[in-house]
Amino acid sequence: MFYVSIFFQYASQYMKTRLQYRSDLVVELFSDLLFQAVNLIFILVVFGHTTLLSGWSREEIIFIYGFFLVPYAIFSSFFNIWDFNDRYIVKGEMDRVLTRPIHSLFQIIIERMELESMFGVITGLAIMFYAGSQLGLTLSWYDPFMFLLMVAGGSLIYAGIFIILASISFWSDSRTDIMPMMYNIGNYGRYPVDIYNQVIRYVLTWILPFAFVGVYPAAFFLGRDEWYFYAFLTPVMGLIFISISVFAWNEGVKRYRGAGN
Amino acid sequence: MSMYLEMLRIRFLMMLAYRTNYYSGILIYSINIGAYYFLWQAIYGGQESIQDLSIVQMTTYVAIAWMARAFYFNNIDREIAQEIQEGKVAVEMIRPYNYLGMKTMQGLGEGLFRLLFFSVPGMVIVWLVFPISFSNDLSIWGLFFISLVFSFIVNTQINLITGILTFFLLYNTGLIRAKRVVIDLFSGLLLPISFYPMWAQDIMTFLPFQAISYIPSMIFTEGFTGSEVYSALLLQLMWSVILFIPITLLWMSARRRLIVQGG
Repeated sequence: MFYVSIFFQYASQYMKTRLQYRSDLVVELFSDLLFQAVNLIFILVVFGHTTLLSGWSREEIIFIYGFFLVPYAIFSSFFNIWDFNDRYIVKGEMDRVLTRPIHSLFQIIIERMELESMFGVITGLAIMFYAGSQLGLTLSWYDPFMFLLMVAGGSLIYAGIFIILASISFWSDSRTDIMPMMYNIGNYGRYPVDIYNQVIRYVLTWILPFAFVGVYPAAFFLGRDEWYFYAFLTPVMGLIFISISVFAWNEGVKRYRGAGN
Repeated sequence: MSMYLEMLRIRFLMMLAYRTNYYSGILIYSINIGAYYFLWQAIYGGQESIQDLSIVQMTTYVAIAWMARAFYFNNIDREIAQEIQEGKVAVEMIRPYNYLGMKTMQGLGEGLFRLLFFSVPGMVIVWLVFPISFSNDLSIWGLFFISLVFSFIVNTQINLITGILTFFLLYNTGLIRAKRVVIDLFSGLLLPISFYPMWAQDIMTFLPFQAISYIPSMIFTEGFTGSEVYSALLLQLMWSVILFIPITLLWMSARRRLIVQGG
């Protein structure tokens, strides 16, 4: 309960600071929308020259992309830990975080949130409904619940991977550029995995399971039963990855010595 | 002039000090090129060519577009925005050089560094992994490098405009991000302009963006042939000249309304 109230206090503080530069906030929302539109335009233009992509139709690919946007929006709202090493370890901010009576990871999440990214959820849903109506998909009573489950799974996978990477900084505080690299690898999950070769497919499924943020869970809603096994694995993988990451984080915090000021 | 060259040299040496950061950069670009390579493979499927580009040309196009980006890309828009916000620009304005010229030189120093230490080794790695064809015609290479110089000029001019706009907007991160997205899409980095539907191509003819990535990449992959190359280069030259006008006007009015935000 205490955690919930802290969260809302931080959120309201955050809103105040963001509304200070209102015109910039509008431009930023617009640029987010533009960013999401770019990939959509890419898909649309490409399908002007081909009818199927490894057996997936244009609307299916658009649907997968729409689904991907939702967990990605949640991830980018709450898990901006890509500069964790620089900001918290090298600059010594971690010392401040550790002296406070709430879990260090939770603090960093609420300190670094970017709530405006949540608009991606709306964009994603809009894209999915458009593609779904084109495909003639029907909603069952359990679909919304499945959707929440799949989105939670996808978000946890994204969060888990990045928290694991952030935890590495507890062991070595040298600067690595592994985070931006991961952002780029994450984009592979926006397309069906069967377009890649075996090795990449394996990596995207078991090692850096970005396929569970896009194509696998989306396959469930598209009714492609050959992928159902993977689709239902999504929440499981999410739980596994977030558990590993929290464990790694806690181990790392025990080891934290401070960078010295 | 020597002052500007000195600035270029200093920036180059600064980058040299941090060169280890670039190995991961090459990897990131290779990851991106890889993603698009598989995507284009799937898009082509069984097709011989799309819009007169074969799959090998397309792969080459993707690779060279990304590696060229390392040269023309710079963050001077963000640097200018930061200097304006921190009030440093007031000091810069009383110094005995042209501030924008200096910024351009810094961008060029970075660009040259990345061309030598990033694009060249990166291209070799990409060539080992993906099927890419290099032209053995030296004149193609020459024209490509001329085109690359223009793409640097046009991109830097757009960056200067974005940076100067901070004077009027005071806070500029959103616009800078939006600009980057627009350039990635309309410059031809992600998609050759000729793939777009006709109505979109017609609109883009009147925008400077294709001078940034599409033209050098098409020259390199020999997607442009004969007179097409020269008219493309002329188009780049035209934009380089035209874009001076808004920069000059914006800069003149910006100097008059300098607000130092704190500091």
